[in-house]
Amino acid sequence: MATDILRPAPTPQRRNQLGHFIGQFLKYFVLILLAVSFVLPFYWMLSSAVKDDSQVYVVPPVWFPNPQFWENFWNAWNSETFNLWTFNTVVRYALPVTLGTVISSSLVAYSFARIPWRGRNALFAIVLATLMIPDWVRLVPLFIIFKNLKWINTFLPLVVPHFFGNAFFIFLLRQFFMALPLELSDAARIDGANELSIMIRIILPLSKAALAVVALFTFMNAWNDYLGPLIYMNVEDKWVLTLGVGRLRSAVDEIGNTKLAYPYLMAVSSLITLPVFLAFFFTQRSFIEGISLTGIKG
Amino acid sequence: MAPLTRGERKNLWLGLAFASPWIVGFLAFTCFPILSSFYYSFTRYDLVRDPVWLGLDNYAGFVTDSDFRLVAGNTFWWVLISSPLGVISAFLMALLLNSRIVLRSFFRAVFFFPAIVPVVVTAFVWIFLLNVQYGAINSTLQHLGFQVIPFISSPDLIKWSLILIHMWSQGAAMVIFLATLQDVPRSLYEAATVDGANALHRLWHVTIPMVSPVILFNLVMSFIGGFQYFTLPWIMTQGGPNRAAEFYAIYLYRNAFNYFRMGKASALAWVLFVLILFFTLVLFRSSGRFVYYAGSAR
Repeated sequence: MATDILRPAPTPQRRNQLGHFIGQFLKYFVLILLAVSFVLPFYWMLSSAVKDDSQVYVVPPVWFPNPQFWENFWNAWNSETFNLWTFNTVVRYALPVTLGTVISSSLVAYSFARIPWRGRNALFAIVLATLMIPDWVRLVPLFIIFKNLKWINTFLPLVVPHFFGNAFFIFLLRQFFMALPLELSDAARIDGANELSIMIRIILPLSKAALAVVALFTFMNAWNDYLGPLIYMNVEDKWVLTLGVGRLRSAVDEIGNTKLAYPYLMAVSSLITLPVFLAFFFTQRSFIEGISLTGIKG
Repeated sequence: MAPLTRGERKNLWLGLAFASPWIVGFLAFTCFPILSSFYYSFTRYDLVRDPVWLGLDNYAGFVTDSDFRLVAGNTFWWVLISSPLGVISAFLMALLLNSRIVLRSFFRAVFFFPAIVPVVVTAFVWIFLLNVQYGAINSTLQHLGFQVIPFISSPDLIKWSLILIHMWSQGAAMVIFLATLQDVPRSLYEAATVDGANALHRLWHVTIPMVSPVILFNLVMSFIGGFQYFTLPWIMTQGGPNRAAEFYAIYLYRNAFNYFRMGKASALAWVLFVLILFFTLVLFRSSGRFVYYAGSAR
């Protein structure tokens, strides 16, 4: 009893403070450890891009290449027809797909959200159900169809289907359109506007944020797409960037390695990541909101 | 059904007109391909000669096909290991980001970014990082006098390396978790604290039940994606080494687009469809016990 009085028992508050401190320390330790593990691969990519072979094939690894060979970016880019592949990726694939998806998906979403017609909920349920169908089930027959149409080695198989609406984005836009007050349309209707002009003049301008998310995601999916071009493009001048970088990869695997194989591969990998990084940097909020809204992978 | 009034009929036509892009696309790029794929799955078809009716031979062949068993085994392994680990990784990252930390949006951006870089870039960066001799990890190990780890060239390790990359790129699922965590009412935590619950109790009895529908959602999405896992293993090793990373979709791709066995590939796609449907249903059915829907009375 007496000893208990002599030895001050740790008050709940002090114990809390200590626990709090340890907790905070552990939390930030794990947080920083994870952050480093997410950043390090990209740093490795960037730093390797400016290396010379003597800085690549060496133990221990070089984390801060000195001197740096910045010309690798330029030389790697010009070692293959990356300009053409960029043109293909952007002008012949991503832009038309984005245009088609935004127009068609907003039309269909408008129908589900703002025109009260019998059966629309049943049809909308079917739209959602198609999300469950694995891509692989459609891939083989679609290839056969497009081959019969003589569309192989054109961008048509990659672009045309996107002009018929995308179920995810129809869902996203429908939710957004439904949240806009119905009075907006009623007022315009009294003024004699038809549905199409209500949609174009009133609803779409109010939905810029959602449309931007749709455009951003569609463009990025096309930019990152590998499987589609892999299936439909087997001549090099129809390739897109993701297929083109593969060229540099095969140099890495060659025995008696090609000069600067890894730096070139890393340089072009960095360059095609850059637009994604910039898009993400400037539109972080819409990116993250878009994903939490639909649950899709960007 | 009551006959439609004039206004209702007008709305019906309007609605159908606005939804027509999706309806046409659904018939042309979903219904027709799926039905024709069902037909092809009973045939032998090489795109040159007309399809030859085989009845159930394609399906019956899978029972004794050792290749089929190999890729099915690899794929089950992948789905059963990668889905829970990916979801746990995403959940823990979200939990960390949801706690009171400085620079939260910075850390969120860092954790998220790997999810949106082009898959080809992810593949190339990790190929280099994990290279058995000059990759950053093995080069460091050698320098410190340890044995190198054949992350990619060993059939025993390749799948685990893919798991590592999978867990590294869980940004999308993480963002979905994060949005849900932020919606858990604070009052629940306060009530639990008053009742004497410590942090672990609160996690187990408040947080996890409240986000359990999203755990299920992410698991289901991960199952569906896991069964169709293709791009990353295809770019990294084309299914190797020693076929250890040859997953179902890679086998399907080879049959369809390398060997032009369109009939067999269609049958493979249908089996995949049924497998995905079956496992998703099992997951939903068994979820009743661990998923808590706050909106509905139990």
